[in-house]
Amino acid sequence: MTAANAVLTLMWVGITAYALFGGADFGAGFWDLLAGGPARGARQRSLIEHTIGPVWEANHVWLIFALVILWTGFPSAFAQVMSTLYVPLTLAAIGIILRGSGFAFRKAAVTVETQRIFGAVFALSSVLTPFFLGAVAGAVASGRVPAGTTPGDPVASWWNATSVLGGTLAVATCAYLAAVYLTVEARRRGEHELVQAFRKRALASGLAAGAIALIGIAVLHADARQLFEGLAGRAAPLIILSGAAGVATLVLVVRRSYVWARLAAALAVTAVVWGWGVGQYPYLLEGTVTIKQASGAPATLRAMLLSLAVGAVLLVPSLAALLVLAGRGDLELGDQPVSGGDESLPAGPDPDDVAGERRSGT
Amino acid sequence: MLLAADPDLMAARQQMALSLGWHIVVACLGIGFPVLVLIAERRGIRTGDVAYQDLARRWAKSLSVLFAVGAVSGTILSFELGILWPGLMGRFGDVIGLPFAIEGIAFFIEAIFIGIYLYGWDRLSPRAHWWTGVPIAVAGVASAFFVVAANAWMNRPEGFRLGPDGRPVDVDPWAAMFNRALAPQATHMIVAALMVSGFLVASVYGFALLRGRRTRLNQLGFAIPFAVGAVFAPVQVVVGDWAARSVYERQPAKLAALEGLNQTQAGAPLNIGGLYIGGELRGGIDVPRGLSLLAHHDPSAVVHGLDEVPPADRPPVPIVRVAFQVMVGVGTLLLGLSVWLGLAWWRRRAPPRSRWFLRAAVVAGPLAVVALESGWIVTEVGRQPWIVYQVLRTKDAVSTASGLRYGYYALVPVYAALTVATIWVLRLLGRTPVPATLAAPVGENSQGVPVGTGRPSEPAGTSEPAGPSEPAGPSNPAGAR
Repeated sequence: MTAANAVLTLMWVGITAYALFGGADFGAGFWDLLAGGPARGARQRSLIEHTIGPVWEANHVWLIFALVILWTGFPSAFAQVMSTLYVPLTLAAIGIILRGSGFAFRKAAVTVETQRIFGAVFALSSVLTPFFLGAVAGAVASGRVPAGTTPGDPVASWWNATSVLGGTLAVATCAYLAAVYLTVEARRRGEHELVQAFRKRALASGLAAGAIALIGIAVLHADARQLFEGLAGRAAPLIILSGAAGVATLVLVVRRSYVWARLAAALAVTAVVWGWGVGQYPYLLEGTVTIKQASGAPATLRAMLLSLAVGAVLLVPSLAALLVLAGRGDLELGDQPVSGGDESLPAGPDPDDVAGERRSGT
Repeated sequence: MLLAADPDLMAARQQMALSLGWHIVVACLGIGFPVLVLIAERRGIRTGDVAYQDLARRWAKSLSVLFAVGAVSGTILSFELGILWPGLMGRFGDVIGLPFAIEGIAFFIEAIFIGIYLYGWDRLSPRAHWWTGVPIAVAGVASAFFVVAANAWMNRPEGFRLGPDGRPVDVDPWAAMFNRALAPQATHMIVAALMVSGFLVASVYGFALLRGRRTRLNQLGFAIPFAVGAVFAPVQVVVGDWAARSVYERQPAKLAALEGLNQTQAGAPLNIGGLYIGGELRGGIDVPRGLSLLAHHDPSAVVHGLDEVPPADRPPVPIVRVAFQVMVGVGTLLLGLSVWLGLAWWRRRAPPRSRWFLRAAVVAGPLAVVALESGWIVTEVGRQPWIVYQVLRTKDAVSTASGLRYGYYALVPVYAALTVATIWVLRLLGRTPVPATLAAPVGENSQGVPVGTGRPSEPAGTSEPAGPSEPAGPSNPAGAR
């Protein structure tokens, strides 16, 4: 394997992890949006908040990880993707700002009104961000990012059938991953009503994602022929695996084997992400730029592989610790009010002003 | 100006300035604040003093908000590198990418441990919990180091040769990362981050003290960060001198701009306070040979003036000059505060009693931020018209995509809202009720002696530091212990 292929493989690991973990966090925001009014949705929102609270920042870093590998390993491709697709990327960037800060602010807010405002910002941006990122993927996959140094069309590059497919599939996939994960989380907490609620949501979103994927076959056939051939050819085993894992997830959810369903759902998404990569190979930007053409200086590729290998020694155990601790429920603060609250909190860092008299001596 | 010629270039520069200028403040707090939290928590464990424990917890809440906005505002920058500056990233991405990749790992570790630290408070033993915070501080400093490495490379591009087509060849990413501008610039930035965090947090509590809320919590909340700021202010003088000499050696045009020096001369005077108006320095005080002395530690050294730089290659001198004067001026004021504290401590083991000291300390926080931004302007605007010094012009790096400026227009209200909301939430967190045991005012005798003395502390391990009036809620997560 060439250094460029190794670096690209690592980037694909990053994209996969972002889809699985970051995607589920976005999907949680999707369900937060649909959870209903403050009273009815309180328990769902509490589950979502406690589940993604400790992990979303670490999950988010996978995106940065993939971006940095792209620009270091394949600088010209990075430049072309980013400059061509600046519209959806700027919108995704705004979504990322609003999602992260909205979530953090909601946690800190105390009144129902402010929690609702920040919550709405968090939830809405959780839906829009994966749409635009999916649209970017669709643009690359349908060969709309040109080679060279001149950016492609700022609108048509991402407002087309494949990009819209990419966007909607991303939103549906995030929702489906989140719903499946949240059933496990709800059961671990003994929240049986929530298990039922997310079970239904997992089935609905799983069916929706499956339907979009089926429509997608026709869309790719018409709009992204080269990728279609790749997916139907070399990548066919992965696509079939993805479909099978998707069906298995639904069966497992129906049978209430949520832990296995979670694994199957992750497998379905992983297989489709790798299917895309294999389907495009050896193109990095489908139809326009190959991996070899885009790869940066060999010395840099080797230096990056070495750095990431050393980094992995620190990173893998840390990340495993976080996910294990979070999964066991060892990352919990005491009870936090998720709705309701008290407006009449005293003002200032310390409300007690009695001492005012005492400072007269100074 | 040549900027006006291209509205998209202007918008791209404004967008980058807005995003970076915003991120740099929260990023600095992301580096320095964990240090403050760890100091408070450690003292809480050592002494069993609930005031320290309460302080560490409330700071951690602010840290969690700041870290979140820092993480997202930093992500935007990585988008913008490609969206706005494809000419830089497409051509040199593999030359300067390595420090970003390593920074990515450091940031990952930070994000992982912030999750464990913030959410593990009630489940881990105090000592174990403290140790889960250490990687946050270490990785924060490391992140700053590697990010600044990329910026230092733009000032001192090394580790490649330019090929005949203008593309880099013979790329050595390690040489690019460990370029000769890195050590002074990274040290300057990290010390600045600690100073900004210290003075800014102290400012908030100083204000409360000034208002007469002389509680132990407010005194500690003032003393710990202020001490950190005061320790690093003198360090920054030495580091700043090092950084300035590095600029003198490697970027004479920038040095000439920040000193407003038109003519190359030996034994150049140092002008303090003068502004560059109409093509020359006006006002200020001249210190004979001062500039030669500072820049080269030799009173008769030759300092290169703007006359050696072709007009098209000169940075906008007036802006750079003002920013540099502000940075140095504020740094000197902060040093003065540090000395004031040091003298008082030396004479009677207590901080100064004067209310003027507190007033100055309250102002010092925002001023430190002003100095930070000014320093950033000196670095970035002082490098213009180059994005990579003497290799690539900013105008040749900007994206040629049509309508680029609308992205900037879209981001301005987002940042405005983010600023308002962040400040609002931090103020809200500051209003978290204080446990009754800590709310009582501190008596005359211990006033002004905030560290290590004061009220008898509650024994460690008592379940709740809260008094009966304390509502259950975010203020008292200890209740779950």
